[in-house]
Amino acid sequence: MTDRGPMDRLLANPSVGRLWDQDIVKVLAVFGAIYLGYVVIGMASGLTVQGIFATLVQLTLLIAIYAMLSLSLNLHWGYTGLFNIGIVGFMAVGAYTMLLVSKPAASVSQAALVGGFGLPFIVGAIAGTVAAALLGLVVALPALRLKADYLAITTIAMAEIIRFTFLSASFQEFQLFGRTVGTGGGRGLLVNFEDPITRYILDTEWFASVAESVSAAMGIEGTIQPALETLVISVVLLGVVAGFYWVFSRTGSSPFGRVLKAIREDETVARALGKNTDLFKIKSFMLGCGLMGLAGVFYAVFFLGSVNPTAFMPRFTFYIWIALIIGGAGSNTGSVLGAALFVGVLFQGPLYLKNAIASVTEITDAPDTIAGGVAALGQLDLAPLFAYTLDNISNFRIIALGLVLVWLMKRRQDGLLGHRKEHAASIPFDRRSGDAEEGTDR
Amino acid sequence: MGISDTATSGWDLVRSRPGTFVVVLLFLALGLDLLGTLLTGEMAVADLGSLLWTGLMQGLIIGLAGIGLSMTYSILNFANFAHGDYITAGAFTGWSVTYLIAGFGAADAADLLLLGAGGSVFGAGLDIGITTTPLAILGGLVVAGLATIAIAMGVDRSVFKTMREAGGISLLIASVGVAFALRYIIVFIYTPSNRGTTAANLVPQFDVWVIDGMVQINAHDLTILVASVALMLGVHVLLQRTKLGKAMRAMADNENLALITGIPTERIIQWTWIIGGGLTGVAGYLTVLWRGTITFRLGWFLLLLIFAAVILGGIGSIYGAILGGVLIGLTISVSQVWIPTDFARAAAFGIMILILLLRPQGIFAGRETA
Repeated sequence: MTDRGPMDRLLANPSVGRLWDQDIVKVLAVFGAIYLGYVVIGMASGLTVQGIFATLVQLTLLIAIYAMLSLSLNLHWGYTGLFNIGIVGFMAVGAYTMLLVSKPAASVSQAALVGGFGLPFIVGAIAGTVAAALLGLVVALPALRLKADYLAITTIAMAEIIRFTFLSASFQEFQLFGRTVGTGGGRGLLVNFEDPITRYILDTEWFASVAESVSAAMGIEGTIQPALETLVISVVLLGVVAGFYWVFSRTGSSPFGRVLKAIREDETVARALGKNTDLFKIKSFMLGCGLMGLAGVFYAVFFLGSVNPTAFMPRFTFYIWIALIIGGAGSNTGSVLGAALFVGVLFQGPLYLKNAIASVTEITDAPDTIAGGVAALGQLDLAPLFAYTLDNISNFRIIALGLVLVWLMKRRQDGLLGHRKEHAASIPFDRRSGDAEEGTDR
Repeated sequence: MGISDTATSGWDLVRSRPGTFVVVLLFLALGLDLLGTLLTGEMAVADLGSLLWTGLMQGLIIGLAGIGLSMTYSILNFANFAHGDYITAGAFTGWSVTYLIAGFGAADAADLLLLGAGGSVFGAGLDIGITTTPLAILGGLVVAGLATIAIAMGVDRSVFKTMREAGGISLLIASVGVAFALRYIIVFIYTPSNRGTTAANLVPQFDVWVIDGMVQINAHDLTILVASVALMLGVHVLLQRTKLGKAMRAMADNENLALITGIPTERIIQWTWIIGGGLTGVAGYLTVLWRGTITFRLGWFLLLLIFAAVILGGIGSIYGAILGGVLIGLTISVSQVWIPTDFARAAAFGIMILILLLRPQGIFAGRETA
């Protein structure tokens, strides 16, 4: 790093620097900073404690899902150099397959309701993962020989074909092994069964009593139970993220992972060393796709509650890409940090900020069109344009997202942590000098 | 592969490229099936004619927009995902001017420029159409081209220029960022609502008798046909008769070699954006004229089809882009004979994936601007 700001000087301090080198510290610091920002803004604008808490748990849930996806994408792009922009396709296949397997049979009383096979959620989740991985195989077998940008176009086209298929009226309802199943077409499918978290934790007597006592202890009017339920779910999902992280770290540092990195750097060399690079790429692609499918399952059950094809628009894929690039491709910790920063700051941050501002100040009536704002600009009155921007913040933030992505590609292609050198050998060679320094410190 | 070659090596083809062989067989079977349904009278020839005509219109628009994508793809070596939103930008700026001219004095200028955002003005209410307001259409068409040129060159100067040495993938990702920013700037200005733009009842219709029925053609179809064919011919002449075309071919082949031969590469790149951007903006404008509605997603919806066309025709070839566009347009509409309309676009993507797998260099073998 060339510029030495206060942050760099702080990190130059040996004890702080060593602490910062711990990945878990980085993760906690970033999550802490985001939460702190939300709490400060919430308190300043007079939101209730309940409100802030509910926002934070919902935020955590979304971050966990993004983190699963960016970790999986990191295996494709960061480790293997496979340019996959069909992420939503794999998620959709995972989610729909899980629903096919786990939804209860269509009931007679609701004739239009599309049913499923009513198997346990775990079976459905596994089926979703396997289906996404198999789709990955179908895409990978022919497409991995293509150049990176052709692979990109193939994967996004595949994701769109999948979306059209789920949207189509042709597969809305059909008979399979004597059951009425289907995609539900444009209306989509409802997640109308109990997942294990709900069944074994949230619906129990003791959870209700815990929620009640928490509400009483904090003197909250009404119930805090919905927020607590989300909290439990997001903690479970963060556990799943940790699982993903573990799988991908193990993969990355294994001999298998070293071959993947060699393919990323120079496939010809990897091939010259006698590695069947196609096989490695297919395995890596399938593993990533399968876990994207699993993330799609969690997204459907715990975030959406009902699935329809508009939840899997191509732009979602690019959101994951932005998260990965912010964190730094090639770094698992970076993927998690990128997911947190993307969701917390870029994606949900502006909406939260808008609510906060709206609750503090009386915003003058926002003009219906930008013309009103621009006209007032002539009289040096910024308020109407500002009000219009706040009113359209959900569109405005996507402009900002695009600009951030452009800026990252121009200035910081490595993101936060993508610049870290990795050791080719399993034993790091520079340990000795590091040890010596540690010795003198003590 | 020469003609005599293909004639003698039928069996070699089957053995060396079984995939291509199967696809050729499949298309032969589809052709025979189509012929069968026509002969037995299951489908009227005129119905097929209507499908072909619609496909041609859509294909011309895709081809026109594809020329720019193909040129920048081969000269700058990256897939520009912002290209779709150049189309949208051209459509919106051009139609702003059309509204302004057509409704001048009849409504508030700001409402007209914003295409009646918030439901203040309606295109049908302004009697917009090629026969009723020809000047407004012409003005809009020209402005759509000019504005898109300005946007494309502005984006190139601020984003892509400093990244010339970066890899194709970095540029691709940056172009996704440009696409997001551009699309939502348009939403921010014009609001996200869909709206009608033309007075459909005022557009003259012609019924053309084809063997067993009528094929309906309207004046807007003819406008698209004339405008796009004229522009395509213009580009053809420009690239064949001037040194520009030769310089572009040289750059697409080897940029460093072109530079030391004395070709001003930066200026050629600017010309690429001027030609490509102009055609793209006009294509966006014509799409809206043809459909009679405008939405901020129109460019994004076209983008993958344009990629399909460009890859089908061979990246770098403008004739490939045009032919690919027409083929993709025809695929979208004629595929409805066999599959539900829901899958029309899927069929086009399917063809693109097949081409990528079987003949990634495309029909025109690529890298031959002009």
